[in-house]
Amino acid sequence: MRARWMMVLAMLLWTTGAWAKDFQVGFVYVSPVGDAGYSYAHDQGRKAVEAMEGVTTSFVESVPEGQDAERVITTMARKGYDMIFSTSFGYMDPTLKVAKQFPDVKFLHCSGYKTAPNMANYFGRMYQARYLTGMVAGAMTKSNLLGYVAAFPIPEVIRGINAFALGAQAMNPKAEVRVVWTKTWYDPAREKEAAKSLLDAGCDVIAQHQDSPAPQEAAQERGVYSVGYNSDMAKFAPKAHLTAAVWNWAPFYTEMVRQAQAGTWKADSYWWGMDKGVVDIAPFGPMVPEEVRAKVQAAKEAIGKGENPVFVGPIADQKGVERVPAGKALSDAELLSMNWFVRGVVGTLE
Amino acid sequence: MTAEMLLPVLAAAVQAGTPIFYATVGEILMERAGILNLGVEGAMLLGALAGFWMSMATGSPWLGLAAAAGAGAAACLLHGVVCTYALANQVVSGLALTILATGLANFLGTPYVGLAAPGFDPMPIPGLREIPVLGPVLFSQDVLVYFSYALPVAATVGLSRTRWGLRLRAAGESPTACRAAGLSVARLRLGACLVGGMLIGVGGAYLSLAFTHLWTNGVTAGRGWIAVALVIFAFWRPGRAMVGAYLFGGVMAFQLRLQAAGTAVPSSLLLMLPYVLTIVVLAVSSRWGRFFGAPAALGINPEPSE
Repeated sequence: MRARWMMVLAMLLWTTGAWAKDFQVGFVYVSPVGDAGYSYAHDQGRKAVEAMEGVTTSFVESVPEGQDAERVITTMARKGYDMIFSTSFGYMDPTLKVAKQFPDVKFLHCSGYKTAPNMANYFGRMYQARYLTGMVAGAMTKSNLLGYVAAFPIPEVIRGINAFALGAQAMNPKAEVRVVWTKTWYDPAREKEAAKSLLDAGCDVIAQHQDSPAPQEAAQERGVYSVGYNSDMAKFAPKAHLTAAVWNWAPFYTEMVRQAQAGTWKADSYWWGMDKGVVDIAPFGPMVPEEVRAKVQAAKEAIGKGENPVFVGPIADQKGVERVPAGKALSDAELLSMNWFVRGVVGTLE
Repeated sequence: MTAEMLLPVLAAAVQAGTPIFYATVGEILMERAGILNLGVEGAMLLGALAGFWMSMATGSPWLGLAAAAGAGAAACLLHGVVCTYALANQVVSGLALTILATGLANFLGTPYVGLAAPGFDPMPIPGLREIPVLGPVLFSQDVLVYFSYALPVAATVGLSRTRWGLRLRAAGESPTACRAAGLSVARLRLGACLVGGMLIGVGGAYLSLAFTHLWTNGVTAGRGWIAVALVIFAFWRPGRAMVGAYLFGGVMAFQLRLQAAGTAVPSSLLLMLPYVLTIVVLAVSSRWGRFFGAPAALGINPEPSE
């Protein structure tokens, strides 16, 4: 561990020394970048920023949430970084603390809810992409049972499961979503075992809110379909992968840096969606028929234009009680605190 | 629960139990020679990383397996040398090994997270797979599972029917008598570390080469500690270790399937099941047998005579 910190420090010293006049942007990741997954998606966005004129970037990966994060963010701020993106929920309080000490540095924290005069928060409307992947899954299932390997029962994940179920039901009213909680973001062995348990229960499409491609592997081994998350996971299961709900941070990150350079940046709460390209779906696998592609494409355009807010009534919960009356759409506040499953989702919320 | 639902649980129990089974047998060999090794978790992690790395570099999971065995053996030999020659406290040295190996594996393994390597896929055995119940449960697995079926017999025969095994046990029961018979306790104990460490390394590699074909920091997720507990449950006997490992794997597989079947039990309670079982097993076997079968000189370093 110590050696890695030394490397990180050396890297920071090197970058600050080499391009002291550039606009400097730092990124903090919770996991290694690798070649798929949550941090990989953020790093693709960083590369777009790096390509901008007069901007240099650097990143620190595998930073544990809590004390270590505070140290890394403080180091970046002290080294003269102009803008710092901290990309995991658990960095919220450390980022806030450092933001108060460095009022001239601009901080952006991903997936949290706190702000400060120089600290914005941001996330993407991933549920829009989940809805579209749900449509594909609902159209492709033969057993009408869709399996969902999920990490933790928090609003972000619950919202994704609900959007996936609504999308599936839009194509196939009989579709049912079975949920298994793993209580981990990243544990390939447990994620795969959870996927297998869903396959054994009769599910023939496996979706995931996990960071490893292990559930995709499980689906391919059984010869059924899968839906990826974070980034295109087709290379891990080319025969199973229907599509994936993916992050595309480049438009958001470049816009934030552009505004900061122009002096118009505001410490706001940003929740961008498909209209601005922050969330999207990965290219369809060859097994998805043309007719399904056309319907999903049409829905994607409707969502992009704001004509389909996804969570629009009538929506009933698991017990059949109406939660959203016909014609009404849920507000952002209601979406951000969602703690109930829609009808057709089988699973507990604990 | 119908048979159709039960068979996949049993098959998953065997698969989930296999990495723990390898590690438990490795630990039994070391403990029978008198070396208490609390570094299993760390040695498994190094095995998992070395196996994954070699398989990715060469494209051959078999070379990966060899590398995993080598890494596990190297880690356990380090512990063995520190205990037999430097006379270090075995508990402290073992814990230090786990801390060292966890840090080392995370440091070296970070660049490989999220990459895929070739590994071992399920290979049902023609003929045997047709047997009702046993076919799908035991003979539709991957080759590392098939190897593990030979472990209880090989380890039991090795320990009780070969000269090497009897001497190894003497080193664990009475180092003084062993030395009086003109044998080198240190050499016997290091031999147990070598063989046991190889098995522990293979147990780790099962997670990164067969169960999934991925490496992640902390892929063992506490399975090494479960192996240490299972040694006591098994009364230091390889055959019983098999039962314990499969029982444990079964509980892990069962709780996920209860969720998938749509039960209303909170998943937090279900996820506790394997650990509740560990505590119950330890409590019952300690009370029942007063560590029945424990080698008399386990954890004790004899003074070097030379």
